[in-house]
Amino acid sequence: MNLTLKIWRQAGPSVIGKMETYKVSDISPDMSFLEMMDVLNDQLIRDGKDPVAFDHDCREGICGMCSMYINGQAHGPNRGTTTCQLHMRSFKDGDTIYIEPWRAAAFPVIKDLSVDRSSFDRIIQAGGYVSVNTSGNTQDANAIPVPKENADKAFDAATCIGCGACVATCTNSSAMLFVSAKVSQLALLPQGDPERELRVLRMVEQMDKEGFGNCSNTGACEVECPKGISLENIARMNREYLRASVTSE
Amino acid sequence: MGATGLFLCLFLVGHLAGNLQLFIGGAEGQLQFNEYAKFMTTNPAVKILSYLTYFSILFHTVDGILLAVENRKARPVKYAYNKPSANSSWASRNMAVLGTLVLAFIVVHMSNFWAQMHWGEIPVQISGPDGTLDEPLKDLHTVVLGFFNPAENSLALAAALLYAFAMVAIAFHLWHGFQSAWQSLGVNHPRYTPLIKGAGKAFSVVIPALFAIIPLYLYFTQAA
Ligand code: HEM
Ligand code: SF4
Ligand code: FES
Repeated sequence: MNLTLKIWRQAGPSVIGKMETYKVSDISPDMSFLEMMDVLNDQLIRDGKDPVAFDHDCREGICGMCSMYINGQAHGPNRGTTTCQLHMRSFKDGDTIYIEPWRAAAFPVIKDLSVDRSSFDRIIQAGGYVSVNTSGNTQDANAIPVPKENADKAFDAATCIGCGACVATCTNSSAMLFVSAKVSQLALLPQGDPERELRVLRMVEQMDKEGFGNCSNTGACEVECPKGISLENIARMNREYLRASVTSE
Repeated sequence: MGATGLFLCLFLVGHLAGNLQLFIGGAEGQLQFNEYAKFMTTNPAVKILSYLTYFSILFHTVDGILLAVENRKARPVKYAYNKPSANSSWASRNMAVLGTLVLAFIVVHMSNFWAQMHWGEIPVQISGPDGTLDEPLKDLHTVVLGFFNPAENSLALAAALLYAFAMVAIAFHLWHGFQSAWQSLGVNHPRYTPLIKGAGKAFSVVIPALFAIIPLYLYFTQAA
């Protein structure tokens, strides 16, 4: 396949970037999108040019590092996949492909397509943890009864890989889907109970501090999320927040 | 946003019920509407409801605008190529624009009738279908009919169309807003959410459509 790529190039966090055009040829339809980017970078390096910086790690859809806004959609045109799971057979020979970084004030560009998602880490640090007994006589986890349905819902929420596609696609750059997944996975389990109120209050406070936008329930996040995290989690977080605001001191 | 939005939906239902009385023709219609208008401006329970409504509109508008401004700031550099229609409805992405249109309409609408009723010099109804009234009534009925009558208001057609257009804006606002409000309030349930979404779509079409028919009806029946 021969392709025209329009890629956002930005030398550093405080420089103004712009879209640049590149051509790649002989791309196999079986390549992943990231392998296609590798081919481009190989070509750029051979030409003595600066390769395109982009995030990636596992290349199997589990780490959440790969990002990229491809042809106007987070992780490209397919549903339920990350960019490393996107294959070139989803495009046609001769296509022009637009590739941009996640765009949000809370995800500043480090270089080119690579953005700083440490705002997510700070939200987790604010409350996304549980207290555990470290006295040496830890309780058997199975000794605490958990309804199967809650265990399933908590597990579904816990499949969030923190990729940030929800923020990237949201017209408001809201992080509600991510934060609600992280609140839900603990709020649904007895292990999360001790910090239940403080957790949601602190995580939402940190989310706002980081400069994410407000949720207006457009539902775009749920559609683009590679892990199918449901909007039910956002409603649950709204309930948790309401409850905590009324009951906590 | 959710609580005030839903309260304003309730307000719409009440307001519509009142307006539908404009379909009653003749002297009965005139008397009933003017008595209703008097009731709405004097009854203490209605007073409380109307202050709640003013407060809701104010809070909903100010909060909505503040949120919209924050949301703009949250993405300082826009995408060169974006395809938002792939994953969300147009109405859901344009709530602030639609809301602003609704607000502009509310201002125009209140200056057309509400301000007239309170401070304007409007005609007085002294006799009804059964003879002279015990007490004369402010004749808002005649003001409203006259407003949409091309023989009395050269802009009657424009007014009727403007009112109908505003109802399209409110329909889109509610197409997304009605179900969105429940989600904001934390109500999302496998059994009830599909019902809420269905009810929201029906509400957002039927209520504005009924509102919109009234000025069009008044214009076309009087223009004929
Ligand atoms: C009769 C008039 C109105 C009704 C019935 C109404 C109803 C609603 C409802 C039900 C919602 C969803 C709330 C939520 O998701 O929590 C909403 C959202 C919204 N409304 Fe209104 N509204 C009205 C007038 C206005 C006006 C005058 C504005 C002025 C700008 C406005 C601006 C907004 C905005 C910006 C949102 C989105 C808020 C968000 O991001 O959650 N609305 N409205
Ligand atoms: S909720 Fe989905 S889109 Fe958002 S960070 Fe988690 S996995 Fe990514
Ligand atoms: S590189 Fe790990 S999810 Fe794509």
